[in-house]
Amino acid sequence: MIGAMTEDSGQSGGRAGVRRPGDSIFRALTTGSGLAIVIAIGLIGIFLLIKAVPSLVADKANFLFSPDFITTDPTNLKFGIRDLFVVTVLSSLVALVIAMPIALGIALFLTHYAPARLSRPFAYIVDLLAAVPSIVFGLWGAQVLGPTLEPFETWLNKVFGWFPLFANGNIPLAGAGTIFTVGVVLAVMLLPIITSVTREVFRQTPVMQIEGALALGATKWEMLRTTVLPFGRSGYIAASMLGLGRALGETVAVLIILHASPKPSGFSLFDGGYTFASKIASAASEFSQPLPTGAYIAAGLVLFVLTFIVNAAARSVAGGKVHK
Amino acid sequence: MTTTESTLDRPASPPAFQPVSGARKTKNLVATVLVGLAFLVAVVPLVWLLITVVAKGFTALLSADWWTHSLKGVLPEEFTGGVYHAIIGTLLQTLVCALIAVPVGVLAAIYLVEYGRGRLARTTTFMVDILSGVPSIVAALFVFALWIGTFGLGQSAFAVSLSLVLLMLPVVVRSTEEMLRLVPQELREASYALGVPKWKTIVKIVLPTALSGVVTGVMLAMARVMGETAPVLVLVGYSKSINFNIFDGNMTSLPLLIYTELTNPLPAGQLRVWGAALTLIILIMLFNLVATVVSRFSAIKTK
Repeated sequence: MIGAMTEDSGQSGGRAGVRRPGDSIFRALTTGSGLAIVIAIGLIGIFLLIKAVPSLVADKANFLFSPDFITTDPTNLKFGIRDLFVVTVLSSLVALVIAMPIALGIALFLTHYAPARLSRPFAYIVDLLAAVPSIVFGLWGAQVLGPTLEPFETWLNKVFGWFPLFANGNIPLAGAGTIFTVGVVLAVMLLPIITSVTREVFRQTPVMQIEGALALGATKWEMLRTTVLPFGRSGYIAASMLGLGRALGETVAVLIILHASPKPSGFSLFDGGYTFASKIASAASEFSQPLPTGAYIAAGLVLFVLTFIVNAAARSVAGGKVHK
Repeated sequence: MTTTESTLDRPASPPAFQPVSGARKTKNLVATVLVGLAFLVAVVPLVWLLITVVAKGFTALLSADWWTHSLKGVLPEEFTGGVYHAIIGTLLQTLVCALIAVPVGVLAAIYLVEYGRGRLARTTTFMVDILSGVPSIVAALFVFALWIGTFGLGQSAFAVSLSLVLLMLPVVVRSTEEMLRLVPQELREASYALGVPKWKTIVKIVLPTALSGVVTGVMLAMARVMGETAPVLVLVGYSKSINFNIFDGNMTSLPLLIYTELTNPLPAGQLRVWGAALTLIILIMLFNLVATVVSRFSAIKTK
């Protein structure tokens, strides 16, 4: 709407045919900045690819299905992303399963239940969670939350051990440096992200629909179920996918919490290991020789592609309702 | 007679208003309770975390050395020294990052709002969304591949700032875009009517009107970037002493100090870890606070 008017007024701003050098310079500057962002994304993909290909060629293991990641000997590289992928996806899914319903509840609370005057301060409290740096979440998760969750995880493991996800992991449960603990911490980190977007979408629900539902005698919950939730569903799903993208790429919190494991992943939530991001960060100080470094860059490329897909999907699901 | 009267008393149809049934009432109550609980569940970890950090870290902040000294020459088990060098490092890296990201981000936002049409504009919005989802470790790896792997330059704080630019750009673009769209169209039209060129209208009318919002967005973006740890792990080395040179040598930031001291299991090391965590949170809160104050004092007047 604004855009269309700007174009019109832009043309009527000067007399027809008058070319101002200032205008074209400024236009080129701003267009160039926009272009720079597009190019930056392209460069990320291209450079990671260039640096990853030689190592992928030298890889003696199956890149997609090998659980090994041995890069100590540059002449005998053996690395695959199977375990990184499993750990990354499992921890992110645990985070989503926990965070999605809670975030939905918070968004409803902030938009329709909290007293109007308290709604903003309450929203600010949830946003504060986003201001806490991830390394502090990692500290807290490893030293405070993990030990607290340990009895609960032991119990889950004992009672539901027959179910593959809760089976014995490849690390001891002591200290609870498990995928499960990481998932819980990631869930806390996702809450403000999912909530803030969902909240904005719920706010846009047409008031007429809400009042119509109430006038027909709907209770508050029925009103929410018949007007706000259907209207906000796509936005909520998009927000959750944005959260998923964040969880997939979270680095240092995972690195601090998750214990390393000598054995390959067994698809249990009580496994240890590395995610893509934490694997790369854990080896960051050893990036000296090109070939071993390339192996980590290849892992980074996979992570980049994963988050690209998730974010692009989130955008298409949202269909213009979400501006974040 | 009596029979007709009783039919007259009865309504022709059952009343339209019926009491809300017990099942519906219960459902409504359950929903209310669950929604309220969800909010409480979010508050618990926040309070728990903040209390933990303050309880474990505040004694470190009480010593005067904490704010004025580095850790140069401090042994792992000693309770002396401070994080002055890390605060300097954090602020320098964030500032240099902002110096690059703010002009590019603001100009890109101007492009999207004032000029952007057609395919390039659509691609740019899309890419800004993608960029905001790029994990910090990927941004760090990219700068590593470009700066160190291709150009052959060494690790430096400037490389960290470059990767932070990638993380800061989308935040600046989005917030600036939002602010520019809030500027009333009448202001632009009035300016055009007086014969002012478009670029001058943007620079002298639109930007100043939106300035406070842009500043708020930049402060929030800086606060976000400050706590990033992944880039400093990949792109710069740890140092115990003060370094003002962003192009050369190791430079410690608060996240890097926390991460490095984590390997020190002694009580002094743990105190430094939590103290630095508290310092980092305070720094980030300060930036957030300034952002809130700026936006409170000068909001855009839409009509």
